Amino acid sequence: MDRRSSLKWMLAASAAMPLLARGAFGENAPAAITAAKGYGTDPDLSKVYRPGDVWPLTFTPSQRITAVALCDVIVPADARSPSASSVGVVDFLDEWVSAPYPTQQTDRPLILDGLLWMDTEAQRRFGANFSALDELRRHAICDDICYEQTALPQFASAAKFFARYRDLTAGGFYSSPEGRKDLGYIGNVPLQKFVGPPLELLQKLGLEPSA
Amino acid sequence: MPFVTPATLAKSYDVIIVGSGAAGGQTAYTLCMEGAKVLMLEAGRKYVPELETPMFQTPDLAPLRGGATPDKSFGFYDATVDGGWQVPGEPYVRTTEEPAGRFDWWRARMLGGRTNHWGRISLRNGPYDFKPHSRDGLGFDWPISYDDIAPYYDKVEMLIGVYGTSPGLENTPNSSPGCLLPPPAPLVSDLLIQQRAPRIGVPIIPAHRAVLTQKLDFKRSPALLHPGNAKAQKIIAADMQNRSACLWATPCGRGCSVRANYQSTTVHLPPALATGNLDILTDAMVREIQLDKSGLARGVAFIDKTTGVEHRASARIVVLAASACESARILLNSKSARFQHGLANSSGKVGRYIMDTVGSPLSGQIPLLESLPPLNEDGADGDAVYAPWWLYQEQRAGKLDFARGYHIEMGGGRQMPRAGTMSGTEWLTGGSYGKKFKDDARRYYGSFVGFAGRGEMIPNENSYCEIDEKVVDKWGIPVLRFHWQWSEHETRQAAHMQKTFAGIIEAMGGRVKDGPITDGSKAISPGGFIIHEVGGAIMGADKKSSVTNQWCQTWDVKNLFITDGAVFASNADKNPTLTIMALAWRSADRMLDLMRRKEL
Repeated sequence: MDRRSSLKWMLAASAAMPLLARGAFGENAPAAITAAKGYGTDPDLSKVYRPGDVWPLTFTPSQRITAVALCDVIVPADARSPSASSVGVVDFLDEWVSAPYPTQQTDRPLILDGLLWMDTEAQRRFGANFSALDELRRHAICDDICYEQTALPQFASAAKFFARYRDLTAGGFYSSPEGRKDLGYIGNVPLQKFVGPPLELLQKLGLEPSA
Repeated sequence: MPFVTPATLAKSYDVIIVGSGAAGGQTAYTLCMEGAKVLMLEAGRKYVPELETPMFQTPDLAPLRGGATPDKSFGFYDATVDGGWQVPGEPYVRTTEEPAGRFDWWRARMLGGRTNHWGRISLRNGPYDFKPHSRDGLGFDWPISYDDIAPYYDKVEMLIGVYGTSPGLENTPNSSPGCLLPPPAPLVSDLLIQQRAPRIGVPIIPAHRAVLTQKLDFKRSPALLHPGNAKAQKIIAADMQNRSACLWATPCGRGCSVRANYQSTTVHLPPALATGNLDILTDAMVREIQLDKSGLARGVAFIDKTTGVEHRASARIVVLAASACESARILLNSKSARFQHGLANSSGKVGRYIMDTVGSPLSGQIPLLESLPPLNEDGADGDAVYAPWWLYQEQRAGKLDFARGYHIEMGGGRQMPRAGTMSGTEWLTGGSYGKKFKDDARRYYGSFVGFAGRGEMIPNENSYCEIDEKVVDKWGIPVLRFHWQWSEHETRQAAHMQKTFAGIIEAMGGRVKDGPITDGSKAISPGGFIIHEVGGAIMGADKKSSVTNQWCQTWDVKNLFITDGAVFASNADKNPTLTIMALAWRSADRMLDLMRRKEL
């Protein structure tokens, strides 16, 4: 299923409307990752891996600054949990676009062009890079690209980028310890017994407790 | 004994078994417990679940948050070593890349094979499933009936540990009393499905999976498994006590270091090794089976993958248990003056009638399940409930436009968040970001349910494998070339699945993002995707139209047996692994009998 959705994604990405002066996102692709190697078919599963351990990270300093800003627009800190960038999501994104696998290599130009577009658009509208904007101005740009279905034609490519970036940011955030806690995931602990949902909850939902 | 090298092989064995998964594990277990000296050859490396299983690792500790890559197609922590849809250095050939005609071949090169990561769903074939041709004129009957194999289903369930119930539904056999373990408590989503699916006529009952919801009955079962064999009883009683019950956490697909589910490496091989009768040689890639002058198999030629050097091993009996297509490949590559078109292939049926399972998934979002309080819903990790095929009478009355049935696997719940969590949810969130997005995630997390149909494919003349004339693997062994075609019985069935799942989701008050897909040819997963490939050396009552007899013994070479899924004459909707094991046990009993009578 993963393969199929990545294929769908590739088709969607290739159908993107021209937007930047130099063409559609990813058309003038940033250098592909060719030297890096994957972890192979028999990696050590007991090791703790950090982004950069298996293949080198490749974000430039300016890409990283924009990536941090956009991550935290998508998943900001609130009363229940910290922001995406503060739990390592930017490192995860860098690991992702730097990975030598087809899905990630397809995402790479889209993400890197997208980050560049964010700054270009911020400069065009407000005369500063995206990361230097206040929340109101950041939202002004993001509101135009946050939903592919309603984005104006001139924002179609940016909206595709944003959708992918949001998916990756969310995946990085919610698979972190802080993200799991935010969602109220309380599993992955050994139990003597598994008793199923509490009766009060079932009654509230109108369900019977038997299988 | 146990793990040997080409230099320390015995001069000869009673039995050589090629493969160490469900078929090889069960065959070795049965033979060794009864005193036969066995050599098991495995093409992959040694694998030790007790030491290697990543039991509680979380996605943030893995590259790419543990997501799937071509190196690890089911995710970083999946218990597959040197395997996947492509195995480096071991190509295969497809006649087309088009979805309708392609076949993808999953392999795992490791001790225990695919049993280390499988879904553990353990369903019995029913009486109809062994006589499909007699019922509707399609496909082939098996040369055995349900009654022939039922005692072996009982034994396998007792040995490996399977949870489930026996509600007595049509063609969904009950187990004998004492065979099954109690099913796990269902999740909230399971209970909602169980309440709503019957409204559109779909029955929901406890699933059957090879997971220990409690410890095995080490006092009662050993005497039933090995009557009159005190040594075997003692060994298996001790081994059963060493298997823990499920600890209700960590995905079964990673394998289980406490041996709470079935994998060959934790269930079949330890007691077989404890008998002192089993030698295991890993990294041994079998190239061909060799014959003596009388036309009997005298052993195998294999390549030691660590050195690239070819060696031989000898035995009274050779058993192929290498997985359906790999076993067919070894037969087709074992050519001689006597068998110019491959060994045991006088029928021309080796490689023919490859079948997979018809698969089609649909998921939905269920408002009733939104914003539930924190609950630990890890449970037994896989299906607690499922729907057996329920339309036998309608099908018999000609009311459906496809001939065979499917069952429904299903799941939901507050599973461990991963890299895909909240992906593609714009259709629910309207493209939210920021604090609204975080609130949306809290609302929607755990509110999704997924349904997957698993249906019967009827064998056909256009789905088969043969040896490619040009391509060889890294050891110079010719590889398989696959041909594939679904019939309308399968594609229409896939469309029916989609309609049914949408109906259940609707009955749950839920909604579907895309679909259901009405065109069955688009709804059906490509061949091989469900990884239930069987056939390729089917059993039958007539040696002109089948490769083995009812004992998995090849018609052409009486000391050559095939105990994996290759012998399946049909591929019922029931997942094949339990039936592979039951057939292997029955076949091994036959081998023992023939050896005792000096006929082999």
